Amino acid sequence: MARMKFLCDAERCIECNGCVTACKNEHEVPWGVNRRRVVTLDDGKPGEKSISVACMHCTDAPCQAVCPVDCFNTTDDGIVLHDKSLCIGCGYCFYACPFGAPQFPQQSSFGARGKMDKCTFCAGGPDEADLSDAEYEKYGRNRIAEGKLPLCAEMCSTRALIAGDGDEIADIYRERILRRGGRPQTWGWETAYPEG
Amino acid sequence: MQTPNDSLHIPVQDPVRKKMSPARKRRITTYSLLAILGLAVLLPLASYSIHWLGHEAVAQEAGSVVNPRSNTWRAVNGGIGGYTAVKGQETDVLIAPGGIDWLVKREATIGKYAPWAIVVMAVILLLYHLLHGRNKLDAPRSGRRIKRWNWFDRLVHWVTAISFIALAITGVSMLIGRAVLIPLLGKAGFAMWAQASTTIHHVLGPLFTVGIVLMIVMWIWHNFPNATDIQWFKEGGGLFSKTHPSAGRMNGGEKVWFWVVTMAGLAVCVTGLILVAPAYGIPIPAWASFIPLVEGARPQMQQAHMIHAVVSIGWTAIALGHIYIGTAGTEGAFEGMSTGYVSTEWAKQHHDQWYAKAEADGKVIEPAGSRRRARRAEAQAHSTAS
Repeated sequence: MARMKFLCDAERCIECNGCVTACKNEHEVPWGVNRRRVVTLDDGKPGEKSISVACMHCTDAPCQAVCPVDCFNTTDDGIVLHDKSLCIGCGYCFYACPFGAPQFPQQSSFGARGKMDKCTFCAGGPDEADLSDAEYEKYGRNRIAEGKLPLCAEMCSTRALIAGDGDEIADIYRERILRRGGRPQTWGWETAYPEG
Repeated sequence: MQTPNDSLHIPVQDPVRKKMSPARKRRITTYSLLAILGLAVLLPLASYSIHWLGHEAVAQEAGSVVNPRSNTWRAVNGGIGGYTAVKGQETDVLIAPGGIDWLVKREATIGKYAPWAIVVMAVILLLYHLLHGRNKLDAPRSGRRIKRWNWFDRLVHWVTAISFIALAITGVSMLIGRAVLIPLLGKAGFAMWAQASTTIHHVLGPLFTVGIVLMIVMWIWHNFPNATDIQWFKEGGGLFSKTHPSAGRMNGGEKVWFWVVTMAGLAVCVTGLILVAPAYGIPIPAWASFIPLVEGARPQMQQAHMIHAVVSIGWTAIALGHIYIGTAGTEGAFEGMSTGYVSTEWAKQHHDQWYAKAEADGKVIEPAGSRRRARRAEAQAHSTAS
């Protein structure tokens, strides 16, 4: 059984925002919702670094722990999915999430935020049949069911963003460090995957 | 051969050493002990001399060996952000570490313990009612009444009271519904109730705020404490005695409840408005930064949320006491807020000073029947006279 993780190699990311665009296009996410974003540290200064960040599909995810309606579910592959038919848009997952992953569509009447939307690791949603139209409407494409990895990582031109089984992507990263030298920086892993 | 041990048995007489007086021995022992103690305290502090002497030089040296890159990542873990093309709140932050703290406080502390305050209060009130019974009127009703609350007082009270109950039920549902209601209703059933709860909470919250502000402005004049209240508290408010301590228009307990409503009301309404603002598409107001003691939208919301939950649950527990005393606990109290009038018997018993003043000012309303009887008697007297 795989344990799906994201890893962003800060030495490779060039802030092209291709992952952001690919995600928006693939899942037809609503205006104002960004499942993935690129953050540049020390922008314009020597030592500038960029990181692509989305839901990290945490072990013991804080969103899952705090959700008042218990709408989150971690799949056997370690992907954190949420059930939009249960979500009440209370925003508590956004309070708790360290990565700012939960997104809310525009406000509707009576002060509701609308159903939460976040990165699904391209794995659709838990409450609709795999690859159905209803699932695509609600959660976007289910590439995992098609046997593919998340599109953001698949199309990353510098291969900075890698997605897949945690052990395998850690091996890829380790090999890179061996070749190029320097210190490893598995950004966000300490927070998202404290078990290592 | 002489072993070293043998030497112990030979009495050695040091020719130079004189016999020491016991006083001197004691002095030497005392000063030695003091010196050892003093040094034991002072010597470990000697490293501070480095701090005093060459603090800057040392710090600079340490700074130069830290990898600046690792400082960057440390800052990222601590919530420092950068630039991002994605517009929105906090999109430039990579890791916001406060969420886990908030989550743990909400789930493991507030959600787990606070709601028990309401249960404990309910049990105390139930026990009081079973053991002590209702506070009955001492005298039978004569039908004479005094006006206690006008229509606007009652309107504000009931709008606020009903929304308070609705807000308490929906609010507690949100906090402990996952643990308590999902096993009863199922996930889909509870999700519907939770959706309704948030909507009710968001709509009634601002209305409730208006009610609280009106109550404070209208009733603060009745609720400044005075000497009578001190005596009232000394007598325990008559809760556990047969006597009724003296009181004016509002007794000590009512005044405490008023100030609880004022303090908790302001805390809950202010934090509530901060929390509900984004749901109405209003940015978190700038004045929010003055209230929850922290900077930044996320910590403010987290802080506001925790204050809101703790204070409102404590308030709900105290409110149970108010509801009990105003309904089942005291005979003749409820009609004051429902009809606006109280019987003179109730007034005499619970608010003797207020009753005396009303009597003196001629504010006591005689029963309608008695007035008719009086008129009839008068008419009869007239007819017999003519």
